Amino acid sequence: MTFINYASREINCKIVYYGPGLCGKTTNLQYIYDSTAAQAKGKLISLATETDRTLFFDFMPLELGTVRGFKTRFHLYTVPGQVFYEASRKLILKGVDGVVFVADSQEERMDANIESLYNLEENLQAYGYDLMKLPYVLQLNKRDLPNVISSCDLTSELQRKGEPVIEAVASTGAGVFDTLKAVAKQVLTELRKS
Amino acid sequence: MSNGPILMRENRYHEIKAVLARLRLDSSARLVVLVDKDGQQIAVHGELGDLDTTSLASLVAGNVAATGGMAKLIGENEFPTLSHEGEKESIHICVIGRVLLVVVFDDRSSLGLVKLRSKQISQELANTFAEIERESATPGAKNSLPFSEITDEEIDSLFSPA
Repeated sequence: MTFINYASREINCKIVYYGPGLCGKTTNLQYIYDSTAAQAKGKLISLATETDRTLFFDFMPLELGTVRGFKTRFHLYTVPGQVFYEASRKLILKGVDGVVFVADSQEERMDANIESLYNLEENLQAYGYDLMKLPYVLQLNKRDLPNVISSCDLTSELQRKGEPVIEAVASTGAGVFDTLKAVAKQVLTELRKS
Repeated sequence: MSNGPILMRENRYHEIKAVLARLRLDSSARLVVLVDKDGQQIAVHGELGDLDTTSLASLVAGNVAATGGMAKLIGENEFPTLSHEGEKESIHICVIGRVLLVVVFDDRSSLGLVKLRSKQISQELANTFAEIERESATPGAKNSLPFSEITDEEIDSLFSPA
């Protein structure tokens, strides 16, 4: 939930990167972290297993700039993608202002994408959120791999409500900031409407 | 979003800061932080040093969320307090409705004293936060949002360097 502090002139919003295991959620955050000036970011916290799989969440605060005298701060989180981390995955969605669904474009991960997307909707509903009303972006990641499904087919299968669809290669940074911009813009626009 | 944003006015912020300052003094703590359950830092008072309080806020919220999940598994609603005792520094967390009171203390204090003082001011913080939520929900508050008249150009300008 957006938190507006008039004393420190700050607006804080929470964005969650969701998707199946190994789809590139952490890679998105790592690229944003590596490409952002030191004064605009805090530490990147990764609660990961010994094999670098996300155990609970990754977190980084990012300051985008000032609007109307208020600093806009986005707290970026990832969830653990593996199916058996369901309990902790659900916890991260609490208070979310915007969601990025990172889909793995590889043919063999299509079922995992669909399962994760349904899981996202279910977990949002548990907190009283409706994906149809939430700022939301679909990222088609790993577009550089040889065995990918066409963007058109992925979009027709995974797009839920006409949300922005962005092709990405998170490991090189392609599409990463476009995705962040698309979701952050929706969050700020939503704030205007509220 | 199912709920509107939480708006904290300057007078409420200073009220909260005063309560935190009193708690820090009464409990001989190093630092007192108030955190939203979603992981946002609300206010802090004490010896910050080079402590990254943004990360602390996020991890405290994650910690409370995880132990809350454990509580539900065994049939409890939540665990209202959590304590982590280290060799030199310790942390006590108190769940007060939608906010978390975090006290960082060292051997100048004790867990018993921190627990006692935290409990004593819990109701005061709960009342202040109930007021903040009530003020945030009024139609007048929504109309005065700093973003209510923001233009698309202003939003786009945030992303121009990226």
